[in-house]
Amino acid sequence: MTTYKKACYDLVVIGGGPAGLAAAIEAKKNGIHHILLLERDRELGGILQQCIHNGFGIHVFKKELTGPEYAENFIDELRDLGIEYKLDTMVLGVHENKTVEAVNPQEGLLSIQAKAVVLAMGCRERTRGALNIPGSRPAGIFTAGTAQRLVNIEGYMVGKKAVILGSGDIGLIMARRMTLEGAKVEAVVEMMPYPGGLNRNIVQCLDDFDIPLLLSHTVVNVYGRNRLEGVDIMKVDKDRQVIPGTQRRIECDTMLLSVGLIPENELSVDCGIKLDAVTQGPIVDNSMETSAEGVFACGNVVHVHDLVDFVTEESRRAGRSAVDYIQRKTTATGVKIKVVPGETVRYVVPQLVNLDGPDMDFEFFLRSRDVHDRASLVISLDGQKIKTIRKRYLVPGEMQHIKLKRKALPVCSGGSTLSISIV
Amino acid sequence: MICVVCPVGCHLRVSADGDVYMVEGNQCGRGKVYAINELTNPLRTVTSTVKINGSPMTRLPVKTKQAFPKGRMLELMSVLGKVELKPPVKRGQAVLKNVLDTGIDVVATKTCLDNRV
Amino acid sequence: MYDITIIGGGVTGCFIARQLCRYDLEVVLIEKNYDVANETTKANSGIIHSGYDARPGTLKAKLNTLGNPMFDEICSELGVPLKRIGSLTIAKTNKEMGTLKKLYERGCTNGIPQLSLIDADVVRRIEPNIHHQVKGALLAETAGIVDPFCLTIALAENASDNGTEVKLETRIVGIDREKDGYLLTTDGGSIRSRYVISCAGVYAEEINDLLTPSHFKIAPRKGDYVVFDKKTGGLVNHVIFQCPSEKGKGVLVTPTVHGNLLVGPDSEVVKCKDDVSTTRSGLDEILATSAKSVEGIPVGMAITNFSGLRATPDTGDFIIEELKGHKGFINVAGIESPGLTASPAIADYVIEILKSSGLDLKTKADFNPIREPIAEFIELSDEEKSTLIKANPLYGRVICRCENITEGEIVDSIRRNVGARSVDGVKRRVRAGMGRCQGGFCAPRIIEILARELQKNACQILKDEKDSYILSGGI
Repeated sequence: MTTYKKACYDLVVIGGGPAGLAAAIEAKKNGIHHILLLERDRELGGILQQCIHNGFGIHVFKKELTGPEYAENFIDELRDLGIEYKLDTMVLGVHENKTVEAVNPQEGLLSIQAKAVVLAMGCRERTRGALNIPGSRPAGIFTAGTAQRLVNIEGYMVGKKAVILGSGDIGLIMARRMTLEGAKVEAVVEMMPYPGGLNRNIVQCLDDFDIPLLLSHTVVNVYGRNRLEGVDIMKVDKDRQVIPGTQRRIECDTMLLSVGLIPENELSVDCGIKLDAVTQGPIVDNSMETSAEGVFACGNVVHVHDLVDFVTEESRRAGRSAVDYIQRKTTATGVKIKVVPGETVRYVVPQLVNLDGPDMDFEFFLRSRDVHDRASLVISLDGQKIKTIRKRYLVPGEMQHIKLKRKALPVCSGGSTLSISIV
Repeated sequence: MICVVCPVGCHLRVSADGDVYMVEGNQCGRGKVYAINELTNPLRTVTSTVKINGSPMTRLPVKTKQAFPKGRMLELMSVLGKVELKPPVKRGQAVLKNVLDTGIDVVATKTCLDNRV
Repeated sequence: MYDITIIGGGVTGCFIARQLCRYDLEVVLIEKNYDVANETTKANSGIIHSGYDARPGTLKAKLNTLGNPMFDEICSELGVPLKRIGSLTIAKTNKEMGTLKKLYERGCTNGIPQLSLIDADVVRRIEPNIHHQVKGALLAETAGIVDPFCLTIALAENASDNGTEVKLETRIVGIDREKDGYLLTTDGGSIRSRYVISCAGVYAEEINDLLTPSHFKIAPRKGDYVVFDKKTGGLVNHVIFQCPSEKGKGVLVTPTVHGNLLVGPDSEVVKCKDDVSTTRSGLDEILATSAKSVEGIPVGMAITNFSGLRATPDTGDFIIEELKGHKGFINVAGIESPGLTASPAIADYVIEILKSSGLDLKTKADFNPIREPIAEFIELSDEEKSTLIKANPLYGRVICRCENITEGEIVDSIRRNVGARSVDGVKRRVRAGMGRCQGGFCAPRIIEILARELQKNACQILKDEKDSYILSGGI
């Protein structure tokens, strides 16, 4: 019976990226001391370490930082607070009784009993296979994040002449990065009629370098037996169907894919946690608790964020809620009402509001389905309008963050539904 | 124009009356400065990496401490390509001072001590 | 002077090499690619067919029937996973029910055991997701699934462990008859050999032509496949075939031995023998056609697609014979479906040809039929995992997060005979990078491990074949 090295902690945090770091720190500051954070990579900081560009921290630190700087702020704080962490440690399973099984080379198998668990595993990138792009299977096709790691952390170039499929932020950032390192980026190809990433990245990553952004276009074929030699692109109509006669070849040795991120929830599913079909992350309430009692989730594992600052805020809430749970300040059996996306809203997180939860104001994250110029976000309870927020621009690529004062929510019961729509 | 100072991405409108610029649509003072600079002397914060030896890390991330003339970014890249560092390097430490006589320093954006990633 | 030269490191060539390595012979296997199993063998359905389908009296029928039962012993010796999940050939109309009956009778003629016709209720009970129009099916319980490249790599490794020389990246450019055998000219020197066995797949005709004009033609026939996430492997429990018609055999839907779902192939005669690109029309066709046999094909859960070439002969049957007028030169050509199933029997058949051609076979005293499989860390018991990590801490470091593959497994796959040399080579041996992220997270780490183990610069590490470099240089 010496197979597992056993241990007990109040809180186990899975993932040492921005979400896990913020949750662990917040829990410690709120009075829980026996915390363990598990990270599968060789260093803390998660994907921030490869995001060497700036633009992080406007909300949280009121200044503009690069990814490594933003991460280092939290890593330093984690160390200063004496929070225990293990690197190079892969979690193999999370059980409903909040036992976490993990493995690392130094200690072998670990079995850790926790009073509460925070899931902060982040997300992964959609691949070429998921898009089912036909053609050959040569070297030179990378997801943008993999290329970013190879260039920024490992110090290797991934090619000389590139096409980027998808205009998500990582793709745009990599267009600039590749150009600065001497590669030629032939085009960024986006299937939708609007860009996926932030406007500022279109300006400073593409416009600054005269990189064409081809909206309503897609890659329909890939050429090259051993190394990529070119791609065929075609225009698409408003239903995203290719338009015959618009096919043209772009010669390139590299294609980067920035076609979406998927929350990484294999551990959550194994643990029996219910997922939202749209976000592909756990269904959470406003304390970030999942459908498994005492198991919280935060950051990109819940839904894909565009700003790390919001990840931090959400994760702090998860950390605080875990403390409340451990200290039994919250009742597990609170009355929860549903929060649903209304007209032209793709999703809302959290999906539930706990009426008996801690006395904090509500925050909602949501994404629009379409592009709106001058629109309003309307929060309704059972069809009754309770708050309207005006927005100048609403685009699917930019997540909206709205707040609702707790006292602004009329008295309601378990059967009520809160909806948020764009009108 | 779209402000690139922060991820909010304000839509700015600039009107000029001789040397006097009027900026609308900005949510903060930095947006106004950005808009005027963009028309007179466009600037960008440049981020990249430099070589670091004697550490498990092979590249150290760096940035220009202030926004840097947009037209000289590639010149800056070739200067950075020649830099080689050794640990320890502290975050915020100048890696290059007054680079290309711009008065701007290039600083490390990550701490690299011996033997620790 | 070698006793035997085998041209081609596909499943046929490697099976022959493995069956010959038990004898006291000097054998060399020549493969032009960077790795074995890297053409037709790697892009294959991985089905061990029961054998009801082949026309009675053909070599296909005979060797399929003989080959199928040989897999249990071979796979257990080589540590290769084999699952006898059975196949269902479905019928949706009365006409198709009639076809199934004929296939059943043909199976009986071919001597196939455990074959039965089952009605719709039984089909639905054992395959809840079968198409609602299905009226009945032909159940062949002896059908199974293997991983074709895992099998072929294991065969090559075991042959190499037993003294067979494996020359990769070696292309045959000339074959000349000599007094006591053949002179094979390659792009890396020449080889003399008493016997030559050509297992050159789609290039069998070209190899034959180097010696004398071929009496057969091999037409490459392309088939596209789509692989789905492991979450979807449970959609079907059997290999699901459609009822063959004048339009063709339809497409199959099957779980893979590793628990993914595989759909394909279509069939397209192509001109180019090295074009294995998939096409939009091909992928659309197999997805649409597969939806006719199984409900709920999870189109959105695809993780990759690939295509392979079948070596289709103009004779309609396998061509396995000593070339007339060229004693000692044996063609093993036109090995299309059911080639994988037949391959062990093909090897035995070739050995009989060698014997009748005068080759003296003496069994080696130290032949070791056992190939230890690479440990599958995640499948082990907790105790086994612990023991393994204590012995080698690299087994405690998970590199591929999707498939939970450890550095210990990757290093083992590189250090073996006929070991992995490329990122795809690692993938085919231990599945690192074969999961839903398709190597997004682990490819940089695998490049690093390959560079370290092979003492190369990371920029020299290839994805798969020659010139498939991944990194274009340092920054």
